[in-house]
Amino acid sequence: MTKSLTRRTFLKTATAAGGGLMLGAYLPVGGGRSILTAAGSFEPNIWIKVNADDTVRIMLTMLEMGQGVMTSMPMLVAEELDFDWTKIKTEWAGADAKYGNPNFGGQQLTAGSNSVRGMWKVLRESGAAARSMLVTAAAQTWNVPENSLTTDKGEVIHQASGRRAKYGSLVDKAATLPVPKTVTLKDPKAFKVLGKSLPRLDLPEKVNGTAQFGIDVKLPGLLTARVVRCPVFGGKVASFNADKAKAIKGVTHVVPISGGIAVVGENYWAASQGAQALQVTWDEGPLANLSSADINKKQTELAQQPGKVARNDGNAEDAVRRAGPSGPAFERVFEAPFLAHACMEPMNCTADVKADSVDVYVPTQGQTASQQAAMAASKLPADKVKVHPVYMGGGFGRRGEADFVMDAVETSKAVGKPVKVVWTREDDIQHDYYRPVSYARMWGAVDASGKPTVFMQRLVQQSLMKRIGGLPPNGVDFISLDGAANLPYDIPNVRMEYIEHDPGIPFGFWRSVGASFQGFAIEAFIDELATAAKKDPYQFRRDLLAKHPRHLAALNLAAEKAGWSKPVPAGRGRGIAVMECFGSILSQVTEVSVNAQGNVRVHKVVCTVDCGWVIDPDTIKAQMEGGIVYGLTAALKGEITINKGRVVQRHFNDYQMLRHNEMPEIEVHIVPSTAEPGGIGEPSTALAAGSLVNAIAAATGKRIYKLPIKPEMLKGGTA
Amino acid sequence: MRIVAIRHNVRMILEVNGKRHDLDVSPDMPLLWVLRDALGLTGTKFGCGLGQCGACTIHVDGNPTRACLTAASTAVGKKITTIEGLSPTSSHPLQKAWVAEQVPQCGYCQSGQIMTAAALLTKTPKPTDAQIDTAMQGNICRCGTYQRIHRAIKRAAQV
Repeated sequence: MTKSLTRRTFLKTATAAGGGLMLGAYLPVGGGRSILTAAGSFEPNIWIKVNADDTVRIMLTMLEMGQGVMTSMPMLVAEELDFDWTKIKTEWAGADAKYGNPNFGGQQLTAGSNSVRGMWKVLRESGAAARSMLVTAAAQTWNVPENSLTTDKGEVIHQASGRRAKYGSLVDKAATLPVPKTVTLKDPKAFKVLGKSLPRLDLPEKVNGTAQFGIDVKLPGLLTARVVRCPVFGGKVASFNADKAKAIKGVTHVVPISGGIAVVGENYWAASQGAQALQVTWDEGPLANLSSADINKKQTELAQQPGKVARNDGNAEDAVRRAGPSGPAFERVFEAPFLAHACMEPMNCTADVKADSVDVYVPTQGQTASQQAAMAASKLPADKVKVHPVYMGGGFGRRGEADFVMDAVETSKAVGKPVKVVWTREDDIQHDYYRPVSYARMWGAVDASGKPTVFMQRLVQQSLMKRIGGLPPNGVDFISLDGAANLPYDIPNVRMEYIEHDPGIPFGFWRSVGASFQGFAIEAFIDELATAAKKDPYQFRRDLLAKHPRHLAALNLAAEKAGWSKPVPAGRGRGIAVMECFGSILSQVTEVSVNAQGNVRVHKVVCTVDCGWVIDPDTIKAQMEGGIVYGLTAALKGEITINKGRVVQRHFNDYQMLRHNEMPEIEVHIVPSTAEPGGIGEPSTALAAGSLVNAIAAATGKRIYKLPIKPEMLKGGTA
Repeated sequence: MRIVAIRHNVRMILEVNGKRHDLDVSPDMPLLWVLRDALGLTGTKFGCGLGQCGACTIHVDGNPTRACLTAASTAVGKKITTIEGLSPTSSHPLQKAWVAEQVPQCGYCQSGQIMTAAALLTKTPKPTDAQIDTAMQGNICRCGTYQRIHRAIKRAAQV
């Protein structure tokens, strides 16, 4: 007890003194969780617990959806703590404000390629502070100066006397020491952990079936539910008859919830059979006649008028009118469809609602959003609502939403038992928050010397910023213009405009978000300007990037590694693209062939990335590979269309994925960099389509303006 | 023709991972849900329910089989193997290769990928690239780990 008070006092002091390096890692401890744990451990801050048995537990607030945070976050701590990597244990933080990501205003949200970017400093400082206290503990125990001690792999070492103490033996002493107000982080030259490709901590259980995903959650007395939803967006239940559903053996309840009608059963099969037998009449609502053609028509109309101005260098409108001596400015229209995320694990959530508590077990990207949804559905306050994160079978932005949490909490509350709601693949494809359908007019011109004189875009799209608080006063959605507003090319007249249009189809954050469209439109259009200038597309970009050395380095390395200066193999075409995205700079060179029927084969993608100093090179490579596959899949196959207010596609047969036999060779090269870490989860997706369509243009002479790429666009094949 | 669900459970004995289980389930219940909900073997995953994604791949008498499309009653008297039964110590050459090549990202599809690959190597111990492509094209990985899967299969096969 005395010890506890003492520790708290020290922590308060450290917090009050605040500032300096340590602020982020020393948030106050309150909220019912004592910093003092059972005897035999040392918990210098909210992230780290060093145990007497020489293990270390690290709290993870960024959640694992395959991007490797379960490994990269502990690496940041282990580097500064000088700890034995094999003895790290991790624990996911539930919804708890003190574990918020500083880059998201304290929200717990794993999104925006922001795990390392948001947390690296906090976690390194936490590790450094813990190490410093363990060193002090050893110095006091041995009565030697602190600067005579070193640390390595979980031991404090006194070189002069040869004495060594394992961290576990120092925890009781360290726990009595004050938390340092400032710490010095290691010089990157001294890194032992960071910069190395370490075995991912989550893999052993992901190869033997023991990894527990949301869909695998087991609780005593757990029921399973399927929710029958109105196929039309904005529709609701007019009436339903549950008799036939309840006649299915194993069906226990049929309850209306805000998402539709929940059919609850003893197991998934019973719930599924019950859902198929349920009779529902829908009130299809105001969107019952909406189609993709209507949306496209409206976007086309809106694009006739100027939009809100995001960027305006020189006088682009005038430059478009005047054009250049080499000819008039040309205009192109770029389009991309709604896209579903299609995580391999269908959406699901398990909730156990009791009179005065809710436990939610959920594969989520957002503890905060999940807790808020559970609070709204249960009418209970935050301190009664516990969120237990589990592995996600894919996220890609979809699991930042919380509709599946509402489903589970409402259903559990209605039946008074723990319930796991499991979506079907049809639910997943037909009830997503889609990547917005995008329509952009673009204008450009080059002068007689082959220099571009103007570059202009007018984008019509739903506003992603409205999903997270609203548009700024200037009416420009900068998320939608990511990659356009920050166009790096040296062009005298640049204008980027935005027009909001919301047709009423749910939309959200899809891997690489606004850049998922801009990486295609901007890089395809700049490539066409290169053709107009009769220049090599690599050289054309180089000439326009003199003021952007990081872009140049990524571009040059991609060209070098892809053998840009060497002839393309017969029957193939090569395309290049470069962009900044989520704080990283990437370039890709894609090599394709197109057969006479117009089918595209992607042979190879060379990707370079400058994402600042490196945590784990293999994880970066894995994310580049995966992001490229995600982007190629969308460019070659991905399309969600609307007919009569509902999604036409239903399964993997009509919303198709790139498969093993279609996989290109992907080669990733990391550009050496000392810049602060950039994001890696999303950027390579953004660039995949741009690089791909430029390769197709090189191979066939045909430019793609509308995604997905369809064989009828390319009949005749490689030129 | 729509098959009307049989509403009465029947008893059946299924042999899963070398163990016999006396079950009382609906005979049309897909093996996937028998494994997951009745036996608690959740390593076999639900991805689509239509045999389009391969996440539920298991072995029935050694053949790679979509558990989501296989009625439990049709597996009576056959040897069923799931990812949990592939190797008692997680040391199947493919599991070791999967870790060595750092294949999984989210990991959700990987049970199915490994089971499909294991069946391939049993029949074709030294597969060519084309044979691997053909065998593996039914298994979707949304994280895009195909290149690493391909390498891991070759590593396990020592080709």
